[in-house]
Amino acid sequence: MLKLGGKIIRIHAVDVHRDLTLLKVSTSRNLPEVLRREIAYLVSDQEIPRGFAHYLLLEKHKHLVEVLLSDSDYSLLPDDYSYIDDGDIIRLSADRQSISVLFRASSPHNSILVTEQCNHYCLMCSQPPKAADDSWILDEIESLIPLIPKDTRELGFTGGEPTTNRERFLKIISLTKSYLPRTAIHILSNGRSFKDPAFAEKYARIELHDAMIGIPVYSDDPTLHDYIVQAQGAFDETIQGILNLKRLGQKVEIRVVIHKLSVQRLPELCEFIARNLLFVDHVALMGLEMMGFTRANLDELWIDPVEYKDTLSKSVSILARYGMNISVYNHQLCLVNRDIQPYYRKSISDWKNEYAPECLSCTKQSECGGFFASGVKFGYSKHLTPF
Amino acid sequence: MSKFQKLEFYAQQRPYELLPFKFDRLNDNEYVITNMAGEFHVIPVPMLESIISKTLPLTSELIPTLRSKQFIRFTNEQAPLQLLALKIRTRLSRLAEFTNLHIFVVTLRCDHSCPYCQVSRQSESKGEFDMTTEMADKSLDFVFMSPNPAIKIEFQGGEPLLNFEMVRYVVLKAKKRNVKEGRDLQFVIATTLSLLNDDVLDFCKQHNIVLSSSLDGPMDLHNANRPRPGRDSHQRFEEGLKKARAALGYDQVSALMTTTDKSLPRARDIIDEYLRLGFDGIFLRTLSPYGFAIKTKKFMSYDTERWLEFYKEGLEYIIDLNKSGIRFVEQYSSLVLTKMLTSEDPGFVDLMNPAGAGIAAIVFNYDGSVYASDESRMLAEMGDQTFRLGNILEHSYEEIILSDQLLDALENSFTLSAPMCSDCAFEPYCGAEPVYHHAIYKDVVARKPESSFCKRNMAIFKHLIELMESDEQIKRIFMGWANRC
Repeated sequence: MLKLGGKIIRIHAVDVHRDLTLLKVSTSRNLPEVLRREIAYLVSDQEIPRGFAHYLLLEKHKHLVEVLLSDSDYSLLPDDYSYIDDGDIIRLSADRQSISVLFRASSPHNSILVTEQCNHYCLMCSQPPKAADDSWILDEIESLIPLIPKDTRELGFTGGEPTTNRERFLKIISLTKSYLPRTAIHILSNGRSFKDPAFAEKYARIELHDAMIGIPVYSDDPTLHDYIVQAQGAFDETIQGILNLKRLGQKVEIRVVIHKLSVQRLPELCEFIARNLLFVDHVALMGLEMMGFTRANLDELWIDPVEYKDTLSKSVSILARYGMNISVYNHQLCLVNRDIQPYYRKSISDWKNEYAPECLSCTKQSECGGFFASGVKFGYSKHLTPF
Repeated sequence: MSKFQKLEFYAQQRPYELLPFKFDRLNDNEYVITNMAGEFHVIPVPMLESIISKTLPLTSELIPTLRSKQFIRFTNEQAPLQLLALKIRTRLSRLAEFTNLHIFVVTLRCDHSCPYCQVSRQSESKGEFDMTTEMADKSLDFVFMSPNPAIKIEFQGGEPLLNFEMVRYVVLKAKKRNVKEGRDLQFVIATTLSLLNDDVLDFCKQHNIVLSSSLDGPMDLHNANRPRPGRDSHQRFEEGLKKARAALGYDQVSALMTTTDKSLPRARDIIDEYLRLGFDGIFLRTLSPYGFAIKTKKFMSYDTERWLEFYKEGLEYIIDLNKSGIRFVEQYSSLVLTKMLTSEDPGFVDLMNPAGAGIAAIVFNYDGSVYASDESRMLAEMGDQTFRLGNILEHSYEEIILSDQLLDALENSFTLSAPMCSDCAFEPYCGAEPVYHHAIYKDVVARKPESSFCKRNMAIFKHLIELMESDEQIKRIFMGWANRC
């Protein structure tokens, strides 16, 4: 698991009033001077070029501090951050005490957290919502997007509920379209905002060329769905949101997290989707992540995937018979039946994915998605059977 | 104190509202309830009253399913109404496209003399039973009046290959016109394959023409049903099939079977013959009451009950095949299942409402007459002109499509208002069949308890639902069938 943010050892700031919270990282020594003024240079063993806005040094290069010109801003990073590379984007905190890596050019899984506010309070939320005003994040995203490499293939927006501030959301999406016209966009939303046809239309009018909105539906029983997301009337609004988006030709993915509550009616949910929402572009059936609220509600949520093996097969086969586009995410290869294989995806983001001790002898580890790091730490199936 | 609310907090407190649904007894212990979108659910008999009187406890396990299938909703819920409306719109969307299938009877001549033949065949040489180019031209004018973006032209007979010059003429003319029209244009020839030659195959290959043929079962049964000079119908079919598949592609040749009294004890044999010849499905058809079929009393020689036994036996065998991994479809069931398990209407003329006659399919006869359906012209050959809509040389598109014969038949047979149909739970799966009912009962609606169409289809609907309820594996096999169309 990669460390994406934390304290740094030391920042030498010449002029703390300079507005330098977001920085793009470069390893190129040949950048024109005009560009160097906006960019952080990642120090290597080679001679250090001059004129960069900031210099990043790993602990192993600590001795090179002396080589830097005295008027240079620099940060000394713990070796945890040795993965930082060309094209990455970092944030230095205003007090210059900590760093966050906001974008990793080498990762296919970059996701931007738009807000921590949400109108759901899902029992298994991996990113528990907060009520506080965090619109500073929106400001930051607006400065972040222009820094993201133009050849980025995919970019995610997540939350909280990213559409909480509707106008700012639309602004960010428009900005993304103009700065990153070739990037595929994936948005995780509960879909309820799109119940408003005017808002759905505004979103559609942006005309992103390749965008998918991932919307959770946890049960065909509205009451059970509302309970899982802890919001009354949520199911009704989410379904209307999906219908509005599809009416406007927007791509929609349905995301189902499988746990003890949602698995009760999983085949019924799949039949509901096949009959009522056949036109959605993708259905993702996902294993539970042992993060955030899940651990508080573990008794109610945890079910060993081995126990729902056959239910999962049945559910997938229903969707498959209707010709739907299906993926099974966040599962371990030894805990699904063979018939799941065509839909099985190694899906866990690289900075989250790990394997359990039982997996050491497994010959199929390279084909297996493994676990969320949180899973290995906080509990996983007792029935792992290495291939 | 947890910051999370309990399940009960989200449960609905008010009584639910009923959304429109109908019900019928499925068997001694169960009712089936259905709605216009085709959703169905089977419930124990005592439940029905509590659902309808809204006394079903809100904790009942039935509530989530009734909500999920839009049989009930709670006040203020909008999604169920939107989903129902969307599904019904989807079902009916075919209507707006109007006529797709245009049948050209290019000749009545035939080399076969099948006793059940639905049209009066004539000897092979008589030219007066051939369509003229003038009629063909006028018929094509009519075809392109249809607003449908997809147009299918099917050549029928007699044996269309006996007037292949006319087939060639119509195909070339239609394609020429279509350069400007830009429709999705398809051609089918309904042929016994007995007169197939390389010339015909080259032409079919060049113009992507699909062949639809007839296979009644193993050689002895097929030849008994379909006599021709030389008693070699089956042999010619099999040779033709091989040649046609090689020339046009394996999936470009289909076969239809006709059931006779001789077929009834031989469901498995017939299916095995289809398997042997590499087909991936069979249409277990009933004998139609038209043409020679009625004259020779073949139609009445077995009753609906006996046919249903044949159908059920065949279906059971086919399901077993599927369970052992052989993908093989019973096509009539598959049409019905599409209506039961999806929001699509497969557009099968017998199971449409309003009736498909004239508006889903229309027939241009060799003599210039225009008929509402294939069955209508067969009826006319027996002397009943009820569904003759006009003559292509004398009448305009508007005169024919807006003719009283057609509009009255459509309106009077409309199942959502026809007595007994309108409140039948199986109406969403069924269709108006004005021509059939007129032919047998001299009334486009007829009294349903006397209708063998009604009896047969009701039995099929119930049987399919009971099979799905009794065996989840069958239900999933059926889901696969339903989505093929």
